[in-house]
Amino acid sequence: MNQIIKVVENNVETKGEKMKLEFGSYSHNEAFARVVVSAFMARLDPTVEELEDVKTAVSEAVTNAIIHGYKNTYGIVEIRGEIEENTIKISIHDDGVGIENIKKAMEPLYTGAKESERSGMGFSFMEAFMDEVEVLSKVGEGTTVVMKKTIGNRTV
Amino acid sequence: MEQTQVNYEVTEGNLIIRLPEEVDDHNCQGIKVATEHIINEKNIKTIIFDCSKTVFMDSSGIGILLGRYKKMKGVGGEVYIHGENTRIKKILKMSGVYQIIKSI
Repeated sequence: MNQIIKVVENNVETKGEKMKLEFGSYSHNEAFARVVVSAFMARLDPTVEELEDVKTAVSEAVTNAIIHGYKNTYGIVEIRGEIEENTIKISIHDDGVGIENIKKAMEPLYTGAKESERSGMGFSFMEAFMDEVEVLSKVGEGTTVVMKKTIGNRTV
Repeated sequence: MEQTQVNYEVTEGNLIIRLPEEVDDHNCQGIKVATEHIINEKNIKTIIFDCSKTVFMDSSGIGILLGRYKKMKGVGGEVYIHGENTRIKKILKMSGVYQIIKSI
């Protein structure tokens, strides 16, 4: 009997809007990721600007996972989405090479791919468009970028 | 029909690069090589990026614009941008692109 009650309680705890998406690290999936996250966040009734902000941040993180995490080799990019009240939380994860110096990687104009024409503004864009950006990474294990944005914050 | 390809048009030393609806890492692949080729072949003095179709741009697009700017500056040429919507203007302003590439 106790066990049954516990299961019910667990269900209540985990209730809420959640989604998980996995896709191969192909660059054409950058657009796919943006579309899925837009659709997921639509229930918060965001403004066009809020929607574009989140789409841009997702695009930056997914591009990083593909180019820097997997260095254009094949791997799985995982996106988890959660909505709590009017805040959307998006986690973007890769099992790629990881980041040695996160602080340096997040500096404006720093690019880990100097030979190509990268602007080095990926993390700056994520930070500008989201309320919170956290980067967790371990060399050889991968990187997770966790971003949050409260929708309906009309203070800006 | 959604335009996902980059389009190039050359008229009298001007190269017009028509950017796709969504300018991201994927859609920008090949643009460096293609423009390099055209600049060398056709003696290009001015590049105009036409954004009239563009509704989305991330930092990959900024990289492309700045890359072309550096290249053209090196050969004494110029780069302009045209047709940006409000969102694209915001992105370009934020990243400081307007300080070196003028809108026409």
